[in-house]
Amino acid sequence: MADDKVGLLERVRESVTTAPSKMRKSQFWESVFRPGSPFRAGYTDSPRGRSYVIMNNVLYHLHPVKVKRHGVRLSYTLCLGGLSFFLFIVLTITGIFLMFYYTPSEERAYADIEALATSVTFGTLMRNMHRWGAHLMVLTVFLHMSRVFYHGAYKPPREFNWVIGVVLLLLTLLLSFTGYLLPWDQLALWAITVGSNMGAFAPVIGNQVSYVLLAGVQISGATLLRFYVLHVLFLPFVIVIFMAVHFWRVRKDGGISGPL
Amino acid sequence: MEELIAQAAAATGYPASMVERSAAARAKAEGTTIEAVLAGWAGVEVPTAAAAGAPGGAPDAAAPAQAAAPAGAMSLEDLAAAAAEESGMPAKLLMRSATAKAKAQGVAVEAVLAEMAGVPVPTIGAPAAAPAASTSAAPAAAAAPVMAPAPEGVRTQRLLTVVKSKAIQQVKTEPVDKVNTWPHLVAAEFVALMAMTAFLLVLSVIINAPLLEAANFNLTPNPSKAPWYFLGLQELLSYFDPQIAGVLIPGLIGLVGLGAIPYIDRNPATRPSERKFAIMMFTFFLMGAATLGIIGSFFRGPGFNFTYPWTDGVFFDDLLDWLE
Repeated sequence: MADDKVGLLERVRESVTTAPSKMRKSQFWESVFRPGSPFRAGYTDSPRGRSYVIMNNVLYHLHPVKVKRHGVRLSYTLCLGGLSFFLFIVLTITGIFLMFYYTPSEERAYADIEALATSVTFGTLMRNMHRWGAHLMVLTVFLHMSRVFYHGAYKPPREFNWVIGVVLLLLTLLLSFTGYLLPWDQLALWAITVGSNMGAFAPVIGNQVSYVLLAGVQISGATLLRFYVLHVLFLPFVIVIFMAVHFWRVRKDGGISGPL
Repeated sequence: MEELIAQAAAATGYPASMVERSAAARAKAEGTTIEAVLAGWAGVEVPTAAAAGAPGGAPDAAAPAQAAAPAGAMSLEDLAAAAAEESGMPAKLLMRSATAKAKAQGVAVEAVLAEMAGVPVPTIGAPAAAPAASTSAAPAAAAAPVMAPAPEGVRTQRLLTVVKSKAIQQVKTEPVDKVNTWPHLVAAEFVALMAMTAFLLVLSVIINAPLLEAANFNLTPNPSKAPWYFLGLQELLSYFDPQIAGVLIPGLIGLVGLGAIPYIDRNPATRPSERKFAIMMFTFFLMGAATLGIIGSFFRGPGFNFTYPWTDGVFFDDLLDWLE
């Protein structure tokens, strides 16, 4: 009787300890992780294995198998470009969360924002993260541009990627600006009034641009809907396309610049 | 050590730092010293191992001599079998291949087979070569035909044409010191993302986003300020005509000028000391924008008049929750 118990225990222990390696050899596991993945059975930490990790990974779209040694040093880039992209992802996630609770109408917008604090779980946290994340993204994009300038990283063959970067800076500012109106409080209304008044000074097309953006001669409920669509759909769509070209050009132009 | 590295770097054409690291890895893998590896690359005498290497050379020289003896005596079939074992291909195929090669090159089949088998080539028609080889390899070298010097005043070559090296040689890029993206870059990025997430979470827990009263078209707040990244522009608007401050400066200098930097700055240097003017101009631009933004954010009160934040308070609603 006691022997049976020991034998059973032994078998249970054996199947528990061998389960991970069995799982890693299963068809399902191998269909999830491509050959070369460090999660696959038989991965070896060799130069060849390390190359395969990137080569067979979605990250291969962003990074080559090898990068210049100086580029890995934190002090070279401070990760500013990557952090800008990461903040964009955080803003997308928190923004989608906020979209569930927000109606872009004159009557409901302000009440919906107020309700985030009172009747939505993590509502305040999500709104705060979205707001501060947006400010941080403007900051990281700006600092990234400065870093690129001081390293002379816009010089041939990277000239055009700098131009794309300037467009991305403008799109970031526009995204932040259109989002600014959405809470529909006094701060939002009058900041956008001041901001769009500046835009109306543009010669020849100033009034037309202002009319199209505001959906009228001054801010109204129609402006709210227009800014909302620009903020959650149009501008993210455009910025993603420009980001894709930006990242692709970084690799095509020879990866990170330098060393100095 | 440094001298050796420099010599090896000069001999191989790679940067000294890479040569040193590579030599260390090679020495570790082969169980020798770094100096020996470096000396091998630099093509100089091995400093410490030289004495030990000399006696070791003698048996090495004797070894082929011993192997040569059977090679001369081997029959064709034995040689084919040896070659088959060496290459892992059927003896029949090797025999056919060797015959064809021998015919094409005009040498004996045995010589070709011996080369395939990896045994010293037997001298054709001279089985006596075996004892001869046991002496040394030096006489064989001496027996090589030496060209007689050309008589005085006779040119033995002429110049046909000069071909630029670029046209026929593949120009390769300079070797660059690189590391694997996995794990070096990916790990650094992951840490950066985690740090940024932590920072953003802490910030969002501590400071609430501002929310004033509901929008009211009939109640203009005083002062009315744009979002903080446009406050520099708003500040400019209080100095200049809107056509200049609202259009010319942000549009032409801010956007077009910024985008045109790579086409204006034709200086190819990236070293900061070689591009002082560009750096100076850009720093002026940054400092100007920052100064205007700070004045607009913190030094402008009701009516957008100049105030000191420490006497009249801060009129900057973006950080409302934090300021109160």
